[in-house]
Amino acid sequence: MYLHKELETLTRSEIECLQLERLKKTIDRCMQSPFYRKRFAEHHIRPDDIRTLDDLYKLPFTTKQDLRDNYPFGLSTVPLSEVVRLHSSSGTTGTPTVILHTQRDLDEWANAVARCLYMVGLRPGDIFQNSSGYGMFTGGLGFQYGAERLGMLTVPAAAGNTKRQIKFITDFGTTALHAIPSYAGRLYEVMTEMGIDPRRDTKLRTLIIGAEPHSEEQRKRIENMLGVKAYNSFGMSEMCGPGVAFECPEQNGLHIWEDYYIVEIVDPQTLEPVREGEVGELVLTTINREAMPLLRYRTRDLTRILPGECPCGRHHKRLDRMKGRSDDMMILKGVNIFPIQIETVLMQFEELGNDYLITLTNEEANDLMTVEVELKAFSDDYPKLQALTREITRQLKDEILLTPVVKLVPKGSLPKSEGKAVRVRDLRKTLV
Amino acid sequence: MIVHQISIFIENKSGTLLRVLELFKENRIQLIASTISDTVEYGIYRVICSEPVRAYEVLKKAGISANLSDVFAIMLDNHPGRAADAVRHISAEGIAFSYLYSFMLGGKGILVFRTDDTEQTKKVICEKQLAALDDEALLSLGNADDTEGK
Repeated sequence: MYLHKELETLTRSEIECLQLERLKKTIDRCMQSPFYRKRFAEHHIRPDDIRTLDDLYKLPFTTKQDLRDNYPFGLSTVPLSEVVRLHSSSGTTGTPTVILHTQRDLDEWANAVARCLYMVGLRPGDIFQNSSGYGMFTGGLGFQYGAERLGMLTVPAAAGNTKRQIKFITDFGTTALHAIPSYAGRLYEVMTEMGIDPRRDTKLRTLIIGAEPHSEEQRKRIENMLGVKAYNSFGMSEMCGPGVAFECPEQNGLHIWEDYYIVEIVDPQTLEPVREGEVGELVLTTINREAMPLLRYRTRDLTRILPGECPCGRHHKRLDRMKGRSDDMMILKGVNIFPIQIETVLMQFEELGNDYLITLTNEEANDLMTVEVELKAFSDDYPKLQALTREITRQLKDEILLTPVVKLVPKGSLPKSEGKAVRVRDLRKTLV
Repeated sequence: MIVHQISIFIENKSGTLLRVLELFKENRIQLIASTISDTVEYGIYRVICSEPVRAYEVLKKAGISANLSDVFAIMLDNHPGRAADAVRHISAEGIAFSYLYSFMLGGKGILVFRTDDTEQTKKVICEKQLAALDDEALLSLGNADDTEGK
């Protein structure tokens, strides 16, 4: 049940011992990067100052802005001749960022992904279809190399063209699929339209879902629709891509590989560590990377560390499913709200489909939230529709403490993206 | 004694209604009667038309949320009080109307409705010998109307 038994079953003290050793090496390596050399000098830090894991707190945080400011090669610790791969973010929110890899980085990345896939029961002989964007998006090549490392027949189906995806699934006998959660719902819809019953007509039994925050209810829905076990995957391009943290068969939290990363959870406002088990921003330090190590990188992802031991025998800490991005948090009338809270409520209603859209507007000083959600099956009955609308509104109010306007809309009328679904539109005008 | 009615779930956005009507036009489906009420959140557009089953397939193929339901269509003589007589028979049995609309076709009054008890309503219609139409009867009444017009 373990691909890397020795590393996966390290005890806590063994993990910490390994982490300290690798952290020291990483700090030495960082001295080769123009960015970190300058940063250390500014903060009067010498590599020798890091003697214990707690000394990590002496180091300043690294942010996405640092990556932008030092675009493209300012964080590299090796000459470009040793770099074999470059991934870049799309730059939709500003200057793009770049992550560099040596050959060893790529090998270790593939090992991490292979470890995750083995953990959920995938083996050579499985047929793995990767319905993820390729190219710069790390979910493509990341899973490709990891699945190949494990020895699976790997189909680089890439994103989109749903009918072709389904043809591959049925023709090749795909047993495992990687897709973003909103796309899994789309696959099911199209299968149904094509008269394909995923349980009867496909060999799918494992689904890897990630890249988008989703609720436990949405996971269960996907599992029921497709007749699979769905495992949550967490990754980010700054940390290679997929393979950072992954659910084990317990499906209760994502083990983060602490032989690769040192994990902290901090309050996004004060940047102080939160109390054990509390939600905060995930901060990661890479300790198994050559070309471009990152120290105390602020991921903007919100989560918490699950307390207690996992029955699977791994002592690597477990992250709770992502609560969203610290950037996704909506503040309405002073209340902090995350889209995932809304989704959790909506997914409990049988009558509703998978797509929804939250729109924020304001009239004078009053914030207003409108939640549009697609009806799965339409019934010609006003009283029923009204009762359903009232019940959704009531449950949302219980969850977010505000009363949203709930609108039921016909299936297919909300914008459907084959990439990450747009769930929130903020149309509020800033009041001066 | 049942006619098919198509109910279409439309958003209160400009364009959706037109899209439905244009689909009907392209596919040569003829409207016989239709009704829409003014709610804020969503609209149900109810349609009686020629070839309702084909019309429903056309909508479904175009990705429009619709369903096909059974409603009663009672034909009345064109005299004051006939609607009252028909409704009285049904109400007398304690049956409630979910919705009702009416129109004139071929010189006859047509009362379209759904009740909260379909089986009981059928019984009343038989006992009181109300002239309940089916799809075919309704369509031929409409065609007769057309001929008269010429």
